[in-house]
Amino acid sequence: MSAPYLSAEGMTGGYGAADILHDCTLTVDRGQIAVIVGPNGAGKSTAMKAVFGMLRLRAGRVTLDGEDITALSPQARVAKGMGFVPQVANVFPTMSVEENLEMGAFLRRDDIRATMEQVYALFPILRDKRRQNAGELSGGQRQQVAVGRALMTQPKLLMLDEPTAGVSPIVMDELFDRIIEVARSGISILMVEQNARQALEIADRGYVLVQGANRFADTGAALLADPEVRRTFLGG
Amino acid sequence: MDILNAIVALANFVLIPAAAYGAQLALGALGVTLIYGILRFSNFAHGDTMAFGTAMVILVTWALQGAGIGIAPLPTALLALPFGIGLTAALVLGTDRAVYRFYRRQKAAPVILVIVSMGVMFVMNGLTRFIIGVEDIAFDDGARFIVNARAFRDATGLDEGLALRSTQVITLVTALVVVVWLFWFLNRTRTGKSMRAFSDNEDLALLSGINPERVVMYAWLIASALATIAGTLYGLDKSFKAFNYFQLLLPIFAAAIVGGLGNPVGAIAGGFLIAFSEVGVTYAWKKVAGYVLPFWEPDGLLQLLSTEYKFAVSFVILIAVLLFRPTGLFKGKSV
Repeated sequence: MSAPYLSAEGMTGGYGAADILHDCTLTVDRGQIAVIVGPNGAGKSTAMKAVFGMLRLRAGRVTLDGEDITALSPQARVAKGMGFVPQVANVFPTMSVEENLEMGAFLRRDDIRATMEQVYALFPILRDKRRQNAGELSGGQRQQVAVGRALMTQPKLLMLDEPTAGVSPIVMDELFDRIIEVARSGISILMVEQNARQALEIADRGYVLVQGANRFADTGAALLADPEVRRTFLGG
Repeated sequence: MDILNAIVALANFVLIPAAAYGAQLALGALGVTLIYGILRFSNFAHGDTMAFGTAMVILVTWALQGAGIGIAPLPTALLALPFGIGLTAALVLGTDRAVYRFYRRQKAAPVILVIVSMGVMFVMNGLTRFIIGVEDIAFDDGARFIVNARAFRDATGLDEGLALRSTQVITLVTALVVVVWLFWFLNRTRTGKSMRAFSDNEDLALLSGINPERVVMYAWLIASALATIAGTLYGLDKSFKAFNYFQLLLPIFAAAIVGGLGNPVGAIAGGFLIAFSEVGVTYAWKKVAGYVLPFWEPDGLLQLLSTEYKFAVSFVILIAVLLFRPTGLFKGKSV
């Protein structure tokens, strides 16, 4: 088997003096979905930020497609093909849906219309709302704008920090379906999720993080079947 | 009752002057609101940027007049405007490089940047007076009137005259052109959109690859241009005196805050609201009342406030807005 597309090995670091991540390792293969689950405060979002370069690491390294990107800034990582959807404040509220997508493609100098069409095909509701300000949309629609904005750079790796936070169960299922669709198009996905069971069901690879360290790492199906994971993290 | 004379008197003493003054305030407030939206602080040096810009325009105007270059019947200052904008932009960008950038890198709190801008204000204030002096300077040349009061009276046979000064028309036309351009720039161009994105959500703008230093540079460039244009129009309409521009800071801030800081539409609405309130409250309404209500003979001038107190109007509106609607009429950012 070839080396994974994204590989973050032995990440150790935190915001201040105390480390939040302890030797945390995450990998995502090309076109696959990797999900990070775990209890509150386990460092899931922090691990995500570390992969994206928003956190200074004391140890460990991040490679993308074999290239060491540990020292790159988040903006440089965007240029390398990483897209990041933050958990909150992930749209430009006073700009229209279309302008949000245009801003996502800010670094691109070529014709972005085809990519925009792909986003509209993925999220048809956004086409109807394209003239409306993103701040006026519902939570689920706003998440679609946020994902769409990140897709506009044509990333090879899409990172989602709790994409279903605060949306209804129906919208959540819908979003998961769309995420699977994105992965089928060849984009690798690394995602943090609160809804652990549903997320692991669509995950090719799952990580259970506890106190900033890997507790379990296996395929999503294997984790769902693991009695200990079920008992401790999935509520039986 | 004499409605026609009343309307002419009202137009002559209130509507036209207030519209021109409102356009000047609107341009000033646009600069303040733009800097607030991008750099997230209230730029107290904006009034003195206007003074410096106008001083530069005056110097270039003198040079052009000396060289015999003019665009009569329009004032030479319009020709000097681009040079004035260039010189002002150079000073403002230099200030950003030398002063503001340091605090930006430190991620200084907005209140610190406000104090810093006050320091910049004093320096610019001194610089302007040092270069051009403290006295009143009238620098408008070209045709003075488009409609002259006496000619209007003769033509219409009304008792009241209507004067329309060329500077008032130039002010309104220039302001309209500038505002249309600004909105086109912010809503239609890639750079303008990136500035709105940066103002909306700085972190996400960074994630999208928008270069913050570039956005900040454009914000300063546009703010310098707006300040120079607003200052020159004000100086043409009235006269140039460095101290007056410092005093203009209050109505300009009132306009920006009333409209909603960070919101360009609000800045324009706020500018006209402040101007009409100020002129309306300090105008002696006796003459208009005499035409409309001839049976009533008021004792006083029917002037709510003497013109010396005109700044109180901005103050009262400012306080009322901050108390009851702190985000302004057009939902700007909370102050």
